[in-house]
Amino acid sequence: MSISETDRGLHRWSPHLACSSAGDFEMVAAVAARSGEQMQFMLLFSRQGKLRLQKWYVPLSDKEKKKITRELVQTVLARKPKMCSFLEWRDLKIVYKRYASLYFCCAIEDQDNELITLEIIHRYVELLDKYFGSVCELDIIFNFEKAYFILDEFLLGGEAQETSKKNVLKAIEQADLLQEPRHEYFNVPVY
Amino acid sequence: MALKIVKGSIDRMFDKNLQDLVRGIRNHKEDEAKYISTCIDEIKQELKQDNIAVKANAVCKLTYLQMLGYDVSWAAFNIVEVMSSSKFTYKRIGYLAASQCFHENTDVIMLTTNQIRKDLSSPNQYDTGVALTGLSCFVTPDLARDLANDIMTLMSHTKPYIRKKAVLIMYKVFLKYPESLRPAFPRLKEKLEDPDPGVQSAAVNVICELARRNPKNYLSLAPLFFKLMTSSTNNWVLIKIIKLFGALTPLEPRLGKKLIEPLTNLIHSTSAMSLLYECVNTVIAGQYSCSVGSVCLRISVVKYLGLLAMSKILKTHPKSVQSHKDLILQCLDDKDESIRLRALDLLYGMVSKKNLMEIVKKLMIHVDKAEGTTYRDELLTKIIDICSQSNYQYITNFEWYISILVELTRLEGTRHGHLIASQMLDVAIRVKAIRAFAVAQMATLLDNAHLLTGNMQRNGICEVLYAAAWICGEFSEHLENPVQTLEAMLRPKVATLPGHIQAVYVQNAAKLFATILKNQEGNTDSTAAQETSQLMIDRLPLFVQSANLEVQERASCILQLVKYIQKLQQKDVEVAEEVSALFAGELNPVAPKAQKKVPVPEGLDLDAWINEPPSESESEDEQPKAIFTKEEPKHSRPRHTEVDEKELARRREARKQEQANNPFYIKASPSSQKVYQETPGVEHIPVVQIDLSVPLKVPGLPMSDQYVKLEEERRQKERAEKKKKEKKKRKEKRSGRGKKHDSGPESEEDITPAHVVDIVTEEMPENALPSDDDDKDPNDPHKVCDIQGNLQDGSQVVVSVIFENKSDSFLKSMEFNVLDSLNSKLQRPEGSGPHDGLTVPFQLPPGVSNEARFVFTVQSIVMPQKLKGTLTFIVKDSSTHEKLDFKLHFTCTSYLITTPCYSDAFAKLLESGDLKSSSVRLEGVNMPFHHLLARICFHHHFSVVERIDSCASMYSRSIQGHHVCLLVKTSGQTVSIDAKCDEPTLLGNVLDEIKQTFSQC
Repeated sequence: MSISETDRGLHRWSPHLACSSAGDFEMVAAVAARSGEQMQFMLLFSRQGKLRLQKWYVPLSDKEKKKITRELVQTVLARKPKMCSFLEWRDLKIVYKRYASLYFCCAIEDQDNELITLEIIHRYVELLDKYFGSVCELDIIFNFEKAYFILDEFLLGGEAQETSKKNVLKAIEQADLLQEPRHEYFNVPVY
Repeated sequence: MALKIVKGSIDRMFDKNLQDLVRGIRNHKEDEAKYISTCIDEIKQELKQDNIAVKANAVCKLTYLQMLGYDVSWAAFNIVEVMSSSKFTYKRIGYLAASQCFHENTDVIMLTTNQIRKDLSSPNQYDTGVALTGLSCFVTPDLARDLANDIMTLMSHTKPYIRKKAVLIMYKVFLKYPESLRPAFPRLKEKLEDPDPGVQSAAVNVICELARRNPKNYLSLAPLFFKLMTSSTNNWVLIKIIKLFGALTPLEPRLGKKLIEPLTNLIHSTSAMSLLYECVNTVIAGQYSCSVGSVCLRISVVKYLGLLAMSKILKTHPKSVQSHKDLILQCLDDKDESIRLRALDLLYGMVSKKNLMEIVKKLMIHVDKAEGTTYRDELLTKIIDICSQSNYQYITNFEWYISILVELTRLEGTRHGHLIASQMLDVAIRVKAIRAFAVAQMATLLDNAHLLTGNMQRNGICEVLYAAAWICGEFSEHLENPVQTLEAMLRPKVATLPGHIQAVYVQNAAKLFATILKNQEGNTDSTAAQETSQLMIDRLPLFVQSANLEVQERASCILQLVKYIQKLQQKDVEVAEEVSALFAGELNPVAPKAQKKVPVPEGLDLDAWINEPPSESESEDEQPKAIFTKEEPKHSRPRHTEVDEKELARRREARKQEQANNPFYIKASPSSQKVYQETPGVEHIPVVQIDLSVPLKVPGLPMSDQYVKLEEERRQKERAEKKKKEKKKRKEKRSGRGKKHDSGPESEEDITPAHVVDIVTEEMPENALPSDDDDKDPNDPHKVCDIQGNLQDGSQVVVSVIFENKSDSFLKSMEFNVLDSLNSKLQRPEGSGPHDGLTVPFQLPPGVSNEARFVFTVQSIVMPQKLKGTLTFIVKDSSTHEKLDFKLHFTCTSYLITTPCYSDAFAKLLESGDLKSSSVRLEGVNMPFHHLLARICFHHHFSVVERIDSCASMYSRSIQGHHVCLLVKTSGQTVSIDAKCDEPTLLGNVLDEIKQTFSQC
């Protein structure tokens, strides 16, 4: 007969990175479950609940991603405008903010700083704004790959990689210059 | 060839690009799925073409569709093709698609290694950048191993743009391929002093994340970080460093002292709320003696976080939080329910004798204006929780509390009627001084019962009538006007109440009747008494017709009784004495442990066997003849008829020991028994009875507000009195054993309660400890499910899990899920994914336990295993999703099955020489040999093959057919176990577990 114990809250794992033993399957499982980044994922969705952008910094199956997205979108949309931007959800903390018709929503770990995450969201919005020139939801819908490129220059693996707005935009502009001019009609955004 | 290119570009003219696709989807809102499926067909065509531009366009569209939730895994190879294009335009799209669509199990990732390596070393920094970014999303252990060196080289790239990315991605690589940490670390450390601030901050990020996982190895970097912390102005970096120090300080306490100054400086100077919050959190976690109080106010700007932080501070510095009571009470007005609930939680922790009335008064105001029943019910339970916590520790005036409870009954549509009722009963029974007052209140409640039951929707609240009727009946001697109350209890309207309440009504009407008779017989006029009997006889038939069995039975019984009494009354016989004898005896609260203190009657030996116990040696006789020794040790076991005292004592001792180790046996606490055995008597039943202070008489329904004022006055008077007394003698020691906290403010000592509660310490039998020791919040309603596992059968193992609902809410939609390991997998029904949970096939009402079975497939059984899992469930009332984490331990022992083995077969097995041997010695085992054997049999599923004096051979078989043989020898306190098994690892683990079993005793 085996006796089991229960532990509430997060299983905080401490991978002894320097000395991992081969038989330590527990660690392998834990790493698979959460790779312990500041940010687990970022979602952008509209007021109607349509997903506009998703970036996952933890490896999850498509099915799980869909499930999480669905639940989270519902939870966040159900909240009233005056409610606070943080909520505890499963074992994560959700930080979200609404800009016009778009919700920006990030999931972070238990011991992470909610306020800096809020700043990250705001910084990203500022970057989009600068790049597109007063950004609106349609810009992100029709140029969703650009929105990803900007996000990738700003965050890497869930960590902020560049804190200077100027540097991020410079990198994007430089990279855009390298891009071949596409077919004329590719470039004209018509909505 | 040329024609093909021309054809390709002409085709392209007619292709949809991403914008067309998006626009198309928006225009086909009705038949979106159909439109997209035609688009996917088009994309499939496009992917078949040779033109890379067409392919890239198709992949770009697929990335968009992937976001919409369509499966695009079939195009993985095409994505790789686009990734390997030499043109940046397409490469960029390819990597984006890969980072969105690939995951660890995508098999084409194997093909990308060389392409990524080529891109990493590209002369174009943006090619490298794109590759790094993509890699950060889909890096696998294989990629990490193969590319670790390349990325390490990039950490010293000439361009900071690349260095920064390379440093950050190293963290991902470490996670996937831990061996890379050692060689890369020196270079990573160098980057902490990189001239470029971006690279520096990236290095800080990575090292902080690493250090949070395993702080010990990074202590040596503390001085370097300290320097950074005092010099850096970058908030992002500072937050990381502060977090790092938070992880380091527990290991090096001296750091804490050093940090106080810079942290305090930051707290007072920074304008960034996020940094401030991080500082405060670290300060709280490290418990530095900082001026926390001043911080609270600043941080309260962000209410939710402020409340969160305060609840942490509350544990260590309760005083500094209490000064912000008003602020917290204000939060109750907030629109956001989560903020209100946080504030409520805080209030629970910060009440004291002084402020209880004030806080509850505020809460009552909120109850009145609260919209939405869920939140109001939450408030109601919180009020009751706050008041009743630690045995009513903070209540100084119980009349006030009763009136609060009565006020709460006026809430419409609450579901917590039973909660209020149980509080009323509890207080009325335990606080004797309050009874007269409580009875008066309850009588008014009964009188106005129509207010409570008038609306059928308010059904929940009628539970309080249950309490009211019982209190009025039981303590009827305190009633002002018993006849009126009796009349109220027998109104026809009562018949609409739920059955269990009616039953209490009927029973207590009888009690009341007895009291009235007693009062009236003293009078000369006997007609009054007869009128009362007549009233009973008139009204009771209504209940006799009740559909509820309990009501019917009680009513008809009492009706006959009253009829008989009436007959006697007509003959002028005095019956009051006899009738009240029916309900004689007072109900006292009894501690759960009281039974222990009742002395055992002489001549009764609770430990004596009623029948002869089956002994272990008996079973040995049934074993076939030994092969080693011909002369079977025929030490004639003493017949139970000739058992002498000594043997009995020995057995009793042995049994006690057995019981002590049996988790299902509830032990006696030896200490308490000894103390009281010498002086037996009923007075040792631990009931504290103290009556104090003349109760106030407030006619009609009370308003709790009055009490706040009255209480103030009382306290003032008390204070004045005390001053006089002080010179003469020190204050008498307070009664009340239940006082657990002595950390409250000193001023609290000065307030003596107006009524004293009979305190029954809530103790549990030693064995009934809750299994969730790590459950931090004792108020958590959803206490843990016990999980026990049983294992069996081939490579399939059935685990039966017992779910016990210890909360008082109804739990439903339970889902049981386990994180599979390589070796052990939970068997899920066909068609479900590898991470899906299994639905538990039942729901759990409060206090109920049930068992569910789950099948696991285990490949190798030679190692013990631990599986982590979660149980998610919905609490019916609040319909919130909750989850519970647990671990399943599969010990090696659990894979063994008790299999009998005959000694000749056993001997053959040992002779075969296929078995590897191992041995273990146990020191200091102090128990009879047959107990030792019994324990091995019981805990480790062995069976005894043969036993000769202090030596025994045992056998067991694993579910996969491994033979495990033991030779156990004992001499004195040392036990040596020589073991043989065809699987050495399994054997080693089983021996370890046996060792563990004996080290625990």
